[in-house]
Amino acid sequence: MADIIATNETILVVGGGISGMTAALEAAEFGKQVILVEKTPSVGGRVGKLYKYFPKMCHPTCGMEINQRRLKMNPNLRLLTMTEVSAVEGEEGNYSVTLKTAPRYVNESCTACGACGTAVEAEFDNEHNYNLNKRKGAYLPSAMAHPQRYVLDPAIIGTPDATKAKEACKFGAIDLDMQEQETTLTVGAIIWATGWQPYDAAKIQPYGYDRIQNVITSVEFERMADPHGPTGGKLLRPSDNAEAKNVAFIQCAGSRDRNHLKHCSRICCMASLKQTHYVEDAYGDDGKSTIYYIDIRAIDRIDDFHQKVKANPNVTFTKSKVARIDENKGNGNPILRGVDTEGYNRYDNEHDLVVLAIGMEPSVSDFPMKVVVNENGYIEQAESNGGIFAAGCSTDALDVNRAVQSATASALRAVQVVNRVAGSEG
Amino acid sequence: MADEKKIGAYICKGCGIGDRVDTAQMVQIATRDAKAHVAKEHEFLCNADGIKMIQDDIDNEGVNHVAICACSRRAKVEAFNFDNVAISRGNIREGVIWVRPDTDEAKETTQEMADDYVRMAVNEVKFMERPQGSEEAVYNKTLLVVGGGVSGMTAAIEASKTGYPVHLVEKSAVLGGAAARMYKGLPMKAPYDAPADTGVADMIAAIEADNNITVHLNSTLTKTSGAPGRFSADISAESGNTTTENFGAIVQATGYREYDASQLPELGYGKASNVVTQAELDEMALAANGGAIKTKDGKDINSVVFVQCAGQRSDKEGHLNYCSGHCCQTSIKQALYFKEQNPDVDTNIIYSDLRTPGVSGEDFYRAGQKNGVTFTKGDVSQVVQDGDSLSVKFKDVILDEDTAEKADLVVLATGMIPNGGVDIDEVGQDEPGQFTVNVDSILNLDYRQGKDIPQLTKGFNDSHFICFPYETRRTGIYTCGPVRRPMDGAQAIEDAVGATMKALQEIENAGKGRAAHPRSGDLSYPSFRREGCTQCKRCTVECPFGAIDEDEQRFPQFNEARCRRCGTCMGACPVRVISFENYSVDTVGQQLKNVDIPDEFEEKPRILVLACENDAYPALDMGAMNKTEYSAYARVIPVRCLGSVNLIWITDAMNSGYDGVILMGCQKGENYQCHFVKGSEIAHQRMSKVADTLQSLALEPERVETYEIAITDIERAPKLINDMAETIEKIGLSPFKF
Repeated sequence: MADIIATNETILVVGGGISGMTAALEAAEFGKQVILVEKTPSVGGRVGKLYKYFPKMCHPTCGMEINQRRLKMNPNLRLLTMTEVSAVEGEEGNYSVTLKTAPRYVNESCTACGACGTAVEAEFDNEHNYNLNKRKGAYLPSAMAHPQRYVLDPAIIGTPDATKAKEACKFGAIDLDMQEQETTLTVGAIIWATGWQPYDAAKIQPYGYDRIQNVITSVEFERMADPHGPTGGKLLRPSDNAEAKNVAFIQCAGSRDRNHLKHCSRICCMASLKQTHYVEDAYGDDGKSTIYYIDIRAIDRIDDFHQKVKANPNVTFTKSKVARIDENKGNGNPILRGVDTEGYNRYDNEHDLVVLAIGMEPSVSDFPMKVVVNENGYIEQAESNGGIFAAGCSTDALDVNRAVQSATASALRAVQVVNRVAGSEG
Repeated sequence: MADEKKIGAYICKGCGIGDRVDTAQMVQIATRDAKAHVAKEHEFLCNADGIKMIQDDIDNEGVNHVAICACSRRAKVEAFNFDNVAISRGNIREGVIWVRPDTDEAKETTQEMADDYVRMAVNEVKFMERPQGSEEAVYNKTLLVVGGGVSGMTAAIEASKTGYPVHLVEKSAVLGGAAARMYKGLPMKAPYDAPADTGVADMIAAIEADNNITVHLNSTLTKTSGAPGRFSADISAESGNTTTENFGAIVQATGYREYDASQLPELGYGKASNVVTQAELDEMALAANGGAIKTKDGKDINSVVFVQCAGQRSDKEGHLNYCSGHCCQTSIKQALYFKEQNPDVDTNIIYSDLRTPGVSGEDFYRAGQKNGVTFTKGDVSQVVQDGDSLSVKFKDVILDEDTAEKADLVVLATGMIPNGGVDIDEVGQDEPGQFTVNVDSILNLDYRQGKDIPQLTKGFNDSHFICFPYETRRTGIYTCGPVRRPMDGAQAIEDAVGATMKALQEIENAGKGRAAHPRSGDLSYPSFRREGCTQCKRCTVECPFGAIDEDEQRFPQFNEARCRRCGTCMGACPVRVISFENYSVDTVGQQLKNVDIPDEFEEKPRILVLACENDAYPALDMGAMNKTEYSAYARVIPVRCLGSVNLIWITDAMNSGYDGVILMGCQKGENYQCHFVKGSEIAHQRMSKVADTLQSLALEPERVETYEIAITDIERAPKLINDMAETIEKIGLSPFKF
């Protein structure tokens, strides 16, 4: 990667999800030099794994297409995938950053023709679908993947599959000798946008995510609804692939709970309200949803979305923190036990499928630089952070709209730093 | 461009193209049929050798128009990036070999498809010019900020910090807006456990000390005209003085006004004493300045009830049907005012859903609980005077009973109403200057389509793009703060920084003649042939961004820097005088005309598909990646937006013997997904009239279909093409074959 040019007027953006892409693009379209690094083989992050957005019920891939086109067209922006930041030293206006790039084993000659994918045999969990199905050892991460370039799973290196992949490629795109690379760059400002990950549902022991097959998380349910997903868009429950028509949504799964995540993850109420539409779209009046909640946080002008779902006779709202989930061993149905706090009635409710509206936690806990981090693990805005600015879900649990706002704002803060550098040097 | 056009066509054999179609024949077609000056095939066009082959022709042979017949225009964009030439793409991979079976039977029609895409690509580029950039580009670094509240002050300070001068216009006599009338604000730093300084005084001090920021108090905008880079605004002071200043871009941060609580007599406002709004309580607290808050008649307050969602989140007449977002936390803040003074004061917040999101919200909620604030899930029906105090009647939802609570003070959490100015969609666009709605305009835009920024819903100037929250329909004017969407102070600050980013970015881009989002960087712009124009005004009315005014002779006046390059004006023009250098009636028209139409005896229909390049076209591409087949009779042409589709293309297609036409655009209506807002909707309206045209040609109406396609419609989009092929089989071929 000797051809990467970076100076203390360059902005480094860490994380290629919606926030990082936005921050990078906004700065680049301002005319600044930007390097965007992404840990995985393609950009898109969590948003790339969503089927629809609330409240418009539109597709994240639609905005992603535009952002990817912006990426492809912008000469000021350099994208480095499979790359992580391992060390940051220096100060505002003059950082030295060490990057580690994992081998993709596929070079720029790849045309994404798919011949290597056809040639290899071993299969692995498909990260894009939250491991709900398998992918090959030579794969394109998703249909929308940018860069549109295949990647070899490191596990096939040294196996016959690696040779098969190499032999299948007519374009000399497969390079089995690629090694991890370390690069050190100088940059003026850093935007940290490493986003979030779903809270580990297995830690919420009473809900039995690790024991009961038909208890899944909201992010997994998103993949099921997506025609690109593991079920081709059908809502089928894991235990027997039966149609999941009677679905329970449990709010604050891991959130607003001192034992798990102290904060409210903000998006989960709207996400479940949105997902009741998936149930209805799939099964019409036969599709029933029940939302178990503490407060419905359909905040600001999109509360009307909540009101509409509330008026839907196929959706029931139960104010209750579910105490425990057991499994009906006969049919695999989860049985939800708890107390409906509106009137204090005990219930034992059986559903086809339980979707845990899983909380957001920051995806990085061990930062390679000095920044102020709050108890919840999010980066706080602080003078002492110098020229490092957090964006999106590195700052708080945010919905996409707010994450994009945050990213746009962080881009300006980074521009201010490199403008100061340019001013003092010019 | 004075240089002679010299077209090079390059046919790739890679990714199986060479195995499936006769590329040598395609080379011949490029030169013989389509008259390319140079045509070459290559084993692997996107590799270094292939790129070099093309670059050599550009450098040595004078090729300045390049038709690349390989993969989709969405693939290998970085590789096929040549400076100073016009480029078209023929989609032989995703558009031909991946959607057709590899059988002997299919070979002939697959080849025909590939041949046609070569003809199309060469003829498209033949009619393209490389965009030279707008001559209207003006670079003006000064930013106009309208509104001197927290959002506006933030915008001004941040712009100045970035090195851009600012004029800040505030209607009232002081800066600070709503926050200046508050005792304290919500906490903005961990541990988020107590009300905090609003920061207003510091911001005002920073602005006053900043020579880069010019403040206009007691002032409004009486006229705003121009375009990004060359906005001109009349800033009129109450005193009668008007100054005219020029700006590069505008941030509108005009905030909100309080909901009129006198519309809530059932909650005692205006009837019972000591029923106040949150804003009024903050004014009382500000007056007390840390001392005990007393009632208006000077009595001690020992109990306070906060009524959440007062006149909000309700469909009742006169209520706001949205949530103002900040009020739950504001009530906690205000309850803590009392608790900080005297922990024995009873504070009860009666709510339906407590909305304290994120880290700060939930921490602050816990701080309220820790300090003894009571939270009751209930539904307040009435507040009445009860002797010296008040009685709050409500249904306790948890205990499922009707009950009442006494209070010395009742605080109504009423909502925020955006100061968005005139709702131009309400007042209509027919005659400029005639507005009947009794709201003052904020910007007083001298635009053909109206005085203010179009509103999205409930009066807010939001964008409705989840991915692109700052995109207004008036280029170079960005909204932030509660005028855009209900929000609290901390969010307004963040929002203002973001809007400032977009505004300064637009100043830079307008200075270079480059388009703003979503075609950012595009140097093309619409031009029109004045002599052909009939002054029908369709372009000025239909432009989703209000970019086109009318000049004194009533000709359209394009404001290039306001244009987003969607081409809706080009689609609207009945006399086809509007075009872009790289996208015109000809660049598409010549593609469809150069498709080889077999005569009727061959029984090979032709289906023209005009597909939105952002959603429908990628959906077809991704279907192709899954090898989802569709009819070999289809010829797909991507369009910038369905709004750019000119009816002449349909008529031309029908006249030249196509058997069917499919238009694929984005979702329209309330939850529109069209990235040019109105393009898809306008196209659907235009197409509703196409039936007449078909009738006059004695053709069946089902030969033309218009669909809303999402990017995820990877199976549906190909299926719609196949449906059309079936329809044609049923109704027969078009009689217009020659």
